[in-house]
Amino acid sequence: MSVLVYTENWDGKFKKLSWELVSYASSVARMMNMKVIAFTIGKAGEEDMKELGRYGADRILSLVNSNLEVMDNRAHAKAIADLAVKEGSKVIIFSNNMTGKALAPRVSVRLKAGIGSGVSKLPLSIEPFTVYKRAYSGNAFADVVIRSEIKILTLAQNSYEITERPTGAIPETTEAEVDPSLVATTVTETQKQTGKMLLNDAAIVVSGGRGMKSPDNWGPLVELASLLNGATACSRPVSDEGWRPHEEHTGQTGKIIAPDLYLAFGISGATQHLAGVSSSKYIVAINSDKDAPIFESAQYGIVGDAMKVLPKLVDAVKSIKK
Amino acid sequence: MNIVVCISNVPDTTTRIKFSEGNASIDTSGIQWVINPWDELSLARALELRDDPASGVKKVTVAHAGPASSEPTIRKALAIGADDAIRVNCNPSDAYYTAGQLAAAIGKEGFDVIICGIESSDFNGSAVGGMISEFIGIPSVSSVSGLNIDTGVPVITREIDGGRESVKVPVPFVAIVQKGIAKEPRIASMRGIMTARTKPIKVHEPVDYDSLTEISGFEKPAPRAACKFIDADDPAKLIELLQNEAKVI
Ligand SMILES: Cc1cc2nc3c(=O)[nH]c(=O)nc-3n(C[C@H](O)[C@H](O)[C@H](O)COP(=O)(O)OP(=O)(O)OC[C@H]3O[C@@H](n4cnc5c(N)ncnc54)[C@H](O)[C@@H]3O)c2cc1C
Repeated sequence: MSVLVYTENWDGKFKKLSWELVSYASSVARMMNMKVIAFTIGKAGEEDMKELGRYGADRILSLVNSNLEVMDNRAHAKAIADLAVKEGSKVIIFSNNMTGKALAPRVSVRLKAGIGSGVSKLPLSIEPFTVYKRAYSGNAFADVVIRSEIKILTLAQNSYEITERPTGAIPETTEAEVDPSLVATTVTETQKQTGKMLLNDAAIVVSGGRGMKSPDNWGPLVELASLLNGATACSRPVSDEGWRPHEEHTGQTGKIIAPDLYLAFGISGATQHLAGVSSSKYIVAINSDKDAPIFESAQYGIVGDAMKVLPKLVDAVKSIKK
Repeated sequence: MNIVVCISNVPDTTTRIKFSEGNASIDTSGIQWVINPWDELSLARALELRDDPASGVKKVTVAHAGPASSEPTIRKALAIGADDAIRVNCNPSDAYYTAGQLAAAIGKEGFDVIICGIESSDFNGSAVGGMISEFIGIPSVSSVSGLNIDTGVPVITREIDGGRESVKVPVPFVAIVQKGIAKEPRIASMRGIMTARTKPIKVHEPVDYDSLTEISGFEKPAPRAACKFIDADDPAKLIELLQNEAKVI
């Protein structure tokens, strides 16, 4: 019996999210007295693979098959479900990111395994198996009992502390069985920016709303983000207006993020916006209206003109980085 | 070619969620029910495709798993422009059960493209679309931010970390859609509202599926500490607090 955790690799590499997942899986496995098997699909770098052992993976696998080279939900889910059966996995853990959302539901049906999606804590109890998850877009949390024999969890990003529990496990390679007829997806074109800090991975996010007044005012906001090694985000009207790219839109109908620090400039704090950012550890609001609802969700606030405050913040950060 | 859009019936997104006594369920009194925002956008896109002769799409159906009390939401979708509707007469108790019911009903009718939103704004499960595809045994494409149909052939844009891809997949398939699928929801016209009354809603009785999960209780998010205000003339103080008090920079 085992806890299986899927650590996706990005061009052969893992990231903070992967260490979080393995740390979480290792804690769940301890609660259940089971071993942790971490696996990736395709080949990742040998050093990266070994690193999964540092966070508690008892076994580390690369699942390989030429029919898994294209991301096809059906083929990938089949390979994962087969692995879970072979390894007698009782809990299967994914990230609650794009890939996890694509695969977990299909694996669920294959194994008749109930899903706890977007969990942000360890299970509250093992008998019955109860998890804690976000509901109503952050306006509530729900305790969900999973009754099936196999359980699937998708872990909210940046919700679990990375913990080191080195095992010294040696990476292995396993051949998956995937019939080519399962692969239905063909990719005809890929556009990818490399080297840019992704919004979902950033520990610090600097965001602007309609109160920024014009796309021309974004310079100091972008500078502040880059000084803090963070990413930039925006509210929906800002992306709708084309002031900022769509990938930056956060909220109910955009990206859901949970950075350590979210700085909101000229954002009123509509529920639909907060739905995407309320899991941030700290929210800081800069708004000219002292009654803006965003201040109810913020721990630090400045009532003032964002355009005047921003350059001063840039200077202040420059001086501490010296 | 036919499209079916799965719609979920959710509290209006500005609702202040309250719980019934003992926090076992939500207090539904006074709640305005709406089409889940993602599904509303999916419907808008499906209708654009139907209205474009070059797509080859002839009909748009909406499918919903839920009791008769959710019919106003279905009628709203019909008023916006869907041609007809399917309702599975059940209490959607969890994602697995809901997807099983929808798959059984949709599977029987033979659709080419099944569209589901990435999540419903109530339980944020992000599971129903993917589950439907596996129940029926057809391909699915997730993180879909663009869906075109060129004389019956789907051309899809899907988001990936740091970019996007153009992908092709044969029909029938499930598209799980997110931001970008349509710019805005479509608004029902007066004529739409009139004709919606007579459009057919086919009711299916539920098939025998289990629920695998159940909600045992709700909690309110922990209240955040009151906001600490910093003088607008001294933003450096904010940086100092973030560095030394919150320790996040
Ligand atoms: C179904 C649905 C889904 C939605 N999804 C999303 C979503 O995902 N994300 C999202 O963001 N919104 C979403 N919205 C829209 C949301 O309701 C709000 O309209 C939106 O968040 C407001 O954006 P904003 O805060 O930038 O603009 P506004 O609400 O216009 O607020 C601008 C703020 O800037 C302040 N301000 C003005 N001038 C200055 C200045 N010089 N300095 C500092 N502050 C200033 C103002 O006091 C005000 O508080 C959704 C709405 C619906 C109905």
